[in-house]
Amino acid sequence: MTGAPLDTTAADRRQRLRERIEESILPPLVALAIAAVVGDLLIITFGQAPGEVYRQLLEGTWGNAYGFGQVIYKATTLTFTGLAVALGIRAGLFNIGAESQLAAGGFAAAVIGLVLPGGTPGFLATILCVLAASVGGGVVGSVPGVLRARFGASEVIVTIMLNFIVLALLNYVVATHLAVAETLHTPEIAAGRLARLADLSPMFAGSAANLTVLLALLTAAIVWWYLFRTRAGYELRVVGLQPDAAEYGGVRVGNVWGKAMIVSGALAGLGGVNYVLGYKHYYEEGFGAGSGFLGIAVALVGRNHPVGIVIAALLFATLSQGGLAVNALVPKQMVDVLTAIVIIAVATAVPEVRRALGTLRRRRDPGIGRAPVGGGQGEPDVGNSVARSQFPVAGSQQ
Amino acid sequence: MTERVAVRMSSVVKRFGPVVANAGADLEVAVGEIHALVGENGAGKSTLMRLLAGLYPPDGGRVEVGTSGTLRDVTGWSTREAIDAGVGMVHQHFMLVPTLTVAENLVLGRELRRGWSLDRAGAEREVRSLSDRTGLRVEPSRLVSHLSVGEAQRVEILRTLYRGAKVLILDEPTAVLSPPEVRELWKVLRRLRDDGGTVILITHKLDEVIEISEAITVMRAGRTVGRMKTAEATPRSIARMMVGRDVVLALDGRTDREPEGGSTGQRAVRAPGAAFPVPHDTALEVSSLTVASARKPNEVDSLSFSVARGEIFGIAGVEGNGQTELIEAITGLRAVRSGTVRVADSSGTLQDVTNRDVRSRADSGLSHIPEDRHRRGLVLDYSIADNLILGLQHRFTSGGGSLDRSRIGANAASRIATFDIRPPDASLPSRALSGGNQQKIVIAREMGREFVVLIAAQPTRGVDVGAIEFIHAQLRRARDEGKAILLVSADLVEILALSDRVAVMYGGRIVVTLPSAEATAETLGPYMTGAHGTAA
Repeated sequence: MTGAPLDTTAADRRQRLRERIEESILPPLVALAIAAVVGDLLIITFGQAPGEVYRQLLEGTWGNAYGFGQVIYKATTLTFTGLAVALGIRAGLFNIGAESQLAAGGFAAAVIGLVLPGGTPGFLATILCVLAASVGGGVVGSVPGVLRARFGASEVIVTIMLNFIVLALLNYVVATHLAVAETLHTPEIAAGRLARLADLSPMFAGSAANLTVLLALLTAAIVWWYLFRTRAGYELRVVGLQPDAAEYGGVRVGNVWGKAMIVSGALAGLGGVNYVLGYKHYYEEGFGAGSGFLGIAVALVGRNHPVGIVIAALLFATLSQGGLAVNALVPKQMVDVLTAIVIIAVATAVPEVRRALGTLRRRRDPGIGRAPVGGGQGEPDVGNSVARSQFPVAGSQQ
Repeated sequence: MTERVAVRMSSVVKRFGPVVANAGADLEVAVGEIHALVGENGAGKSTLMRLLAGLYPPDGGRVEVGTSGTLRDVTGWSTREAIDAGVGMVHQHFMLVPTLTVAENLVLGRELRRGWSLDRAGAEREVRSLSDRTGLRVEPSRLVSHLSVGEAQRVEILRTLYRGAKVLILDEPTAVLSPPEVRELWKVLRRLRDDGGTVILITHKLDEVIEISEAITVMRAGRTVGRMKTAEATPRSIARMMVGRDVVLALDGRTDREPEGGSTGQRAVRAPGAAFPVPHDTALEVSSLTVASARKPNEVDSLSFSVARGEIFGIAGVEGNGQTELIEAITGLRAVRSGTVRVADSSGTLQDVTNRDVRSRADSGLSHIPEDRHRRGLVLDYSIADNLILGLQHRFTSGGGSLDRSRIGANAASRIATFDIRPPDASLPSRALSGGNQQKIVIAREMGREFVVLIAAQPTRGVDVGAIEFIHAQLRRARDEGKAILLVSADLVEILALSDRVAVMYGGRIVVTLPSAEATAETLGPYMTGAHGTAA
């Protein structure tokens, strides 16, 4: 046997790192460019100048303190729901129930906040409310989790149906028992409120952004650590990629599914903290406003990676807030269409750009890669797995 | 034999991502010959043939086909054009619709119609006449899901011929066949050739090459490294060309049982002709095991056997006779209906593990090389390092349930060096490796740790000759170190080369057990087809 060096050189590693960064940054940028071009055409059909609309969109979001604060606020909820969906996908589960898990989390936080006596130390009350939010979402997530683990019921169907059931149930309870007269929301909680960013710095004046954003970033970091640095995350990802290999590796696949759905629900539930503890201080029917569903797009665009999800959450929050900012020029719905185009562009363009990138690289440097040089190093043995699902499970990249 | 050219491929290049599958491959096949395309797995044989069949276009080079009489450039054609020009490929993995009959599968896409409805009788008539002409006997009205693997393959070949193939490409056709079925296939191929057809046979079994082909093209690392007339070739000369050096062929193992030297005294007891020793120190014991599958309640049918320390017990048989279910039941992947599985712990006492889970069995010393590395044995998107701890991940944690990256790295470095995994870069996804190196990851993980019993299922399937040699040496070494090894393989040559005792599984039962000295393809063949009934 030829004595190949055991370690590749540092230059090689740097090269691979650079390629990986290129691969993760470039394709989404191309997708955004495509979306922007389509957006131009749309804007022109409304008789407006694209440049002006985009300028106002940016100015109304990142250009002033209030807009920026609103983007932060919206991105906070989306980070939680995006993480929830992504964790499910990593385990091979498609959680479409983030919307009702989010609502249940907010509801639980509000109930605990209302029950706690006024004199409870603020820090303790906050912790209890945050825990309640995760438990609320987790309980809703546990239903599809257990049904999948025990009976093989499709979590897609169960989570969709559960959205209707849970939302209706919460509304019923609020309307009949908890609502302030003439409204559809509970009274304001006495304990556990989180400070708004505006209280800390006048630059966020008027916006809903609050300290929950720190909880969101912390949660994203913990999810990253859990997925890529713990044994449980290792096992969860194997279950998502190849359940048969997980079984072989001594992992109880059903257990992982059950736990993943509970954790996924808990993550979505934490999103309720943003509204209930940080913004309005009460639970109100429909406060999620589609953030649970948009979480699916956030996970998709963020490639199921916590860092990507935070960035994607900012992107979608910008579009959502920007829609309000340009409402005078084009209908607000145009930005919804733009959001949809971003999703489609990412889903279709990203794999294409990645492929093109590979071809380009080979053309630039034909000697690159793992050309067969000696014995036993040839065509990769892909077997039957060539036709893998196109669903954006982002491999094991970290 | 005419010297008209049926297929000519020149300097063909094909890349998949960073991997070059064909790096300037040449092939010339004459009309009316059986041409063997040989090479290690990963040498690019299948890729070259898929290019010929139009499955994907080459990145460079030229493909010419002479089925119409004159040679014409067809580089980059589609499967449809290839079929129309009479070039058809039978793939390793069958592409039949199981819920349709044989005849319906054959006419699929070009159905005979009578009015609005399918002309079933007409289709069956056509298929029957083709079947008679070629000697590929299958009942046209049977459902494909009821066929054996050998029959399904005949349907695949029939379908290709039905579409008018003059050049028939077969990708590793004998991998799923018993010896009598292989002989039947050879007869059919010879008849096709005598009728003026051209056959290209992809294989890495050298005895087959010598037996059936007229000409040979050898590929290595994506290139054509040799062409010869079969009459002038020997298995050894072909093998040397395939690997680029001398190799110990699996068959040599039978006369040369101890390639490493070592404890020859002990081995001499088991030399061919000697009485085989009664297992004394049992490490794996399976008693009256019955296992259900989705198809039937007794896929494994009250089966019993035991394997002793220092013994390789080989289970031969055509695939689909309960081997998969047996292995899954032993390793804890499938529930047992009745019976027990007992495995010796490190102190040598047999423990009943029938109701234990996979991890607890593995921890008590049961190692398992699964038959399908793509489905079970490897996580293709995980790095080599992460794959080397699959099933052992609970032993690589530090505080708080987090994985101990430095130990995982050290483990990977040592396994990669010991088992010569290439390329030696622990961070590469295992998807990027060749079949042989992927299998080495599995072997390194399962044989690199403490174990008492090893279940080796198809340990060299889809693996190149060099890696086969390596894997066989590892299995022999483990045996000599006193491990108990259960070897399940559809490759009879492998079973015969390695086993101390050989059993044949048919219809969920062990129908015969022979000491290696008495086991040959001739003595085992009839049992593999069930010709000897199910009397044990």
